[in-house]
Amino acid sequence: MAFNNITLGQYYPVDSEVHKMDPRVKIVLLIAAIVAVFLAQNLMALVPVMVFLALAARLSRVPVKLMIKGLKPLRFILILTFVMNLFFLPGETPLLDLGFAVIKRESVITAVRYSLRLVLLVLFSSLLTLTTAPIALTDGLERLLSPLKVIRFPAHEMAMMMTIALRFIPTLLEEADKIMKAQTARGADFESGNLFKRAKAMVPLLVPLFVSAFRRAGDLAMAMEARCYHGGEGRTRLRVLKCEERDYWACLWVAVLILGVALVNRLF
Amino acid sequence: MADAIFTLDHVSFAYDEDAPLAVRDVTLSVPFGEFHAVLGRNGSGKSTMAKLMNGLYTPTEGTVTVCGMDTRDEKNTWEIRRRAGMVFQNPDNQLVATVVREDVAFGLENIGVPTEEMPGRIERALVDVGMMEYAERAPHLLSGGQKQRVAIAGVLAMEPEAIIFDESTAMLDPRGRREVLNAVKRLNRDKGITVIWITHFMEEAVEADRVHVMHDGQIVMSGMPREVFTQEEKLREYRLDAPVTARLARRLRKAGMPLPEGILTPEEMAEEVAKLC
Repeated sequence: MAFNNITLGQYYPVDSEVHKMDPRVKIVLLIAAIVAVFLAQNLMALVPVMVFLALAARLSRVPVKLMIKGLKPLRFILILTFVMNLFFLPGETPLLDLGFAVIKRESVITAVRYSLRLVLLVLFSSLLTLTTAPIALTDGLERLLSPLKVIRFPAHEMAMMMTIALRFIPTLLEEADKIMKAQTARGADFESGNLFKRAKAMVPLLVPLFVSAFRRAGDLAMAMEARCYHGGEGRTRLRVLKCEERDYWACLWVAVLILGVALVNRLF
Repeated sequence: MADAIFTLDHVSFAYDEDAPLAVRDVTLSVPFGEFHAVLGRNGSGKSTMAKLMNGLYTPTEGTVTVCGMDTRDEKNTWEIRRRAGMVFQNPDNQLVATVVREDVAFGLENIGVPTEEMPGRIERALVDVGMMEYAERAPHLLSGGQKQRVAIAGVLAMEPEAIIFDESTAMLDPRGRREVLNAVKRLNRDKGITVIWITHFMEEAVEADRVHVMHDGQIVMSGMPREVFTQEEKLREYRLDAPVTARLARRLRKAGMPLPEGILTPEEMAEEVAKLC
């Protein structure tokens, strides 16, 4: 069991215009793109969305393979959505008689549209996570959510928690690996038996891991206090986010996309 | 005392109201710019004393002042911690950010240093501990000694007067230990940063300006390394061993070699032995 090659999140570090964008803008534009996907009322209206995604992906220099990989965990949901819609949606024009069910033209179109919509949502989100370092993402989120501080939403605390989680995931994985090896050396078996048995075998792994995680948390809290951490108040930042020309262009293109989708909606 | 950075005046501390005292009636004064080593076995109260010195704990009895500021006064807390930084034992549990540079920035962000000033201060701090080339690395990929040096840089960037090292080498391999100790000695010598070095490795204390031995919450011995480490019998009472070289010198003397008292380092030993040949 090796956790060596773990990459945090799925950030793909290359130098591109998309990578260099302000994370805040990227998050907002992701939401806008999602809106565009849902705005599309027919298959034709999804065409401009697909074109936009293809262009953005091209510009980001992220390999297509990597983007497609993001769909893999969703394959069952995708198939399920497709099949369900295919069989259970009402339609008028029969297309294919399978004996136990009749597939209709309208339901095929809707099934394709729904599945495509799901695919596009995932691909857009992947594009964000592939081109934005996790730390930049938390930074962007903190800034975007900070107006909510007025209603006592803990934007800074949330971002700090995410940062610390990101920092400690590799450390805890390493530790889990160490404990696992120690337990295996003493005869523990993590790899055979059914799912239930294997889950049970995890208990002697999880208990020490939790204990140590709490100890670490205590240590870290003290270290943070010793370094004058006292919440988000009066805190300055090393990195200031700044909107540049490319960010304005990106906004413009997404606006064009939404208008395009609305236009196609009207035409068909 | 005006020229003391840390002054502990009859300080006692208990973790709980009915818990036994972890630190008992300690009086200590550390002048600016000195290197003080605090020795003691596990549970001798040395770590607790360290945390009393930057206001992480406040004394149950007595007063602790840092640069003339009472640690019990809450409005001093952040200024005290800026001036007296602390590096802890576990290198993994004190780094906050996912990139070295950003971790060094953490303290600066907390004390509200303007963004324009940060890159310069971070760079200087990293150069001072010899970690500049690792500025963009992820901390979890560094060695223990390197992580500790990053932690030192994080403190250093805040431009402290003193740094308290709470067994910062205890979890390192010999090489990492040397790396860290050398960096600290350099800071003490070149930048005049006061160092409180808490350890249970005798060898690390031989070059200190003063050595304090703690036992059962009290400071039981205090003095120049030479004075402390030559009292081998007394050290043994507190279950500590004198540095290897000091013990070797004593054995050789006993075996009839005319070596002078007070040899602590291998270099001194080599010199004295060479004189005999």
